[in-house]
Amino acid sequence: MVDFVSVSLVFVIASTLLVVRILYVISQSSKPARNASQKSLSTLVVLGSGGHTAEMINLLTVLQKERFAPRFYIAAATDNMSLQKARVFEDTLDDKISLKGANSIQFMQIYRSREVGQSYITSVGTTLYALAHALWLMVKIRPQVILCNGPGTCIPICAIAFVFKVLGIRWSHIFYVESIARVKRLSLSGLLLYKLRMADQLFVQWPSLQKQYPRAHYVGRLM
Amino acid sequence: MDDKHDEYKRTVFVTVGTTSFDSLVKTVDSKQVKEALSAKGYTHLVIQMGRGSYIPKKSSGEDGSLVVDYFTFSSSIADYLRSASLVISHAGSGSIFETLRLAKPLIVVVNEDLMDNHQSELAEELAERKHLFCARPQTLCEVTKSLNLDTIVPYEPGDANPVAKLINKHLGFPVD
Repeated sequence: MVDFVSVSLVFVIASTLLVVRILYVISQSSKPARNASQKSLSTLVVLGSGGHTAEMINLLTVLQKERFAPRFYIAAATDNMSLQKARVFEDTLDDKISLKGANSIQFMQIYRSREVGQSYITSVGTTLYALAHALWLMVKIRPQVILCNGPGTCIPICAIAFVFKVLGIRWSHIFYVESIARVKRLSLSGLLLYKLRMADQLFVQWPSLQKQYPRAHYVGRLM
Repeated sequence: MDDKHDEYKRTVFVTVGTTSFDSLVKTVDSKQVKEALSAKGYTHLVIQMGRGSYIPKKSSGEDGSLVVDYFTFSSSIADYLRSASLVISHAGSGSIFETLRLAKPLIVVVNEDLMDNHQSELAEELAERKHLFCARPQTLCEVTKSLNLDTIVPYEPGDANPVAKLINKHLGFPVD
């Protein structure tokens, strides 16, 4: 009986601490960072198919490359085009501002949690598999900044990044740009990140979306 | 094809993207739609049919009808878009914005068979802003018949700077 009480007590305290820590992480994530050193930040870019990649490349084009480095690109294993487009983009950058070291730009593939057209029920199994693979990649990369814009691939990545934040393994800033294709409703990925408050900032490209999701930032069209 | 013909060549390019969209290919290949396109002054029809199983009928246009050709995939979709006078596309955002950037008249046909059909949102929004025309396979013929290119409002490309600024600000980088 005493054992049961003490075990329960430990459990209650541990859960309380965890909840407090999660709330702390969420509140800190929404605040601007103090970045006095102005050092470059390792950046993970999660690419999606077709239109998603084009939107992400448009964003990367205007971001200061020396601030967001080294850069890691991740795309679905079934997606041959996106990493190719990212390679072409990196090749067009001026060599003078590219970083020393061969590992400053890396391209990686990840298993997808859900293919276009796959049912939500079978998505559960594939999502778990994708999660394990994402964990392996995230342990290796431990990015300081995560940029993603829609594909389901980014959900395991962002979930792991959030757990890393809670556990104090790595603090990463998560930015999510909802695809321009979403005019009236957030995508499943966007909705999850919004509701679970996993993203530091969530951007939308249509004013009608911002009205519906007031914590989102309206940024106009990227395309 | 000789140069003499090229002068009068007005090509309609149909693209379904990386998947299949048989109901679009079938509709475009129908007598009514082809006649409607002819009536609008188009001379050639090139169909990118993707993984679809419906094979359109090729035609050399000897009887004065449309010249019809098709292929499954190509690495030079951009070239086909550039040489087209009208584009009929699936509702994928990549295809839509590539066509709008080239300032080509565009009819987007929404695939209603997709499970998570959010694609109509974008096409309908852009149609409301008069950047393109929006149709379903069953309404493509009507849309083609009433096609008036003078109503098109040119699309202004977007700007990624606002979001880049917010990201920099949030990370504590100076924003100029």
